[in-house]
Amino acid sequence: MKSAPFDYVRPESVAEASALLAQDGVTTAAIAGGQSLIPMLSLRAAQADLLVDVSRLDELKAVRETPQALHIGALTTHAAIEDGKIPDPFNGLMRRVASTISYRAVRNHGTIGGSVALADPAADWPGCLMALGATVHIAGPGGTRQQPVVDFVKGLYETTLASGEIVIGFDVPRPTSPLCWGFAKVVRKSGAFANSIAIVVAPGKGGPITAVLSAAGPRPIALANAARALGNGAMSDDTLRTAIAADLKADLPGADAYEQRLHTATVLRAAREMQATS
Amino acid sequence: MKITLTLNGSKVTHDVEPRETLADFVRDRCGLTATHLGCEHGACGACTVVLDGEVTRACLMLAVMCDGRTVETLEGFRNHPAMEVIRKHFHECHGLQCGFCTPGMLLMARDILARKPGCDADTVRYELSGQICRCTGYSGIVKSIVSAGQELAGKAPAKA
Repeated sequence: MKSAPFDYVRPESVAEASALLAQDGVTTAAIAGGQSLIPMLSLRAAQADLLVDVSRLDELKAVRETPQALHIGALTTHAAIEDGKIPDPFNGLMRRVASTISYRAVRNHGTIGGSVALADPAADWPGCLMALGATVHIAGPGGTRQQPVVDFVKGLYETTLASGEIVIGFDVPRPTSPLCWGFAKVVRKSGAFANSIAIVVAPGKGGPITAVLSAAGPRPIALANAARALGNGAMSDDTLRTAIAADLKADLPGADAYEQRLHTATVLRAAREMQATS
Repeated sequence: MKITLTLNGSKVTHDVEPRETLADFVRDRCGLTATHLGCEHGACGACTVVLDGEVTRACLMLAVMCDGRTVETLEGFRNHPAMEVIRKHFHECHGLQCGFCTPGMLLMARDILARKPGCDADTVRYELSGQICRCTGYSGIVKSIVSAGQELAGKAPAKA
């Protein structure tokens, strides 16, 4: 459980970090909280020649509110979100999600930017930010760019981040009326990697509904049929189950009988919680 | 790499390898062996320390990342008033068996009771889900933390 040797550098600016990460012939990795990367290095599931510590870069810590959106700096920790240390225009959804991530000692250091950049299929933030329609801000050797989180996360530990690029933060659109949401997660024990995570959100009464299922496939899945059924006011379990089954058939064709029951249960629970608050 | 940090109130400077975890640093470089190493990948909580006031898994933190920061291990809490109360309740409620997980349990107990003063047993169990006791002595540990929490919150300690 000891990492192979690597070098370590703590740059003073995003530009410097980006140049260090983009070096040719060197396997580099950005480290922020390190709560996933360090155990992966220790287990030798990941290897790096050079760790670039971005955890003290102020540009990645900014949290700003505008009338349209909340900007959340990439270095914002799960614990800061859990404790309400950043504004919460989402009616408690992000606080609830944060409070269920791993354990408090891990939440004190793990960051939202690191979670999305790693794109672990069992992670909470990629699916949550997809459900909220968030955009990721990225800085790299070629300047800055923005991309919807739904397009940024491509698959198992795979994003569109190119060599030398760093996640700066996220713009999460402010709901037009109080957000109605439901969140359900199944884990074998509190804080363990999730087996299924469902988030259903409606930006106010009658708003367009989004349903996202995580920890089921290589990346979070938007459930179009379930969202449509909920938008049409579907209340009966049978109608919802049929819609969820259609989504699972289309997006998760390899799911066995247990997985189908599991994911159907989390989506139903999230949908019921959302309906109870709307 | 040369790093300097504040450890249990004293400035310490050491030359470390970048891959050295904070857990190996406090144990092997500084001789502070209250910090125990169980799983070394963040699952068991035996290596819990406090970094800049926040509970931290020392196996999930590189020593180089702590340069210029403040670290407290269990040794640093010897005369800490809340920790004295917590220790007393661990003693009275049979909150330890073999003792291997105990340093992590004590530091986590202090953090739980600071964030959620006087919390109930269900809350303690949820908050403690990242600390593994291989003796499975959880009922004594939970009882210790709940009753310490009641004393610290000024309530009468619960009957054991």
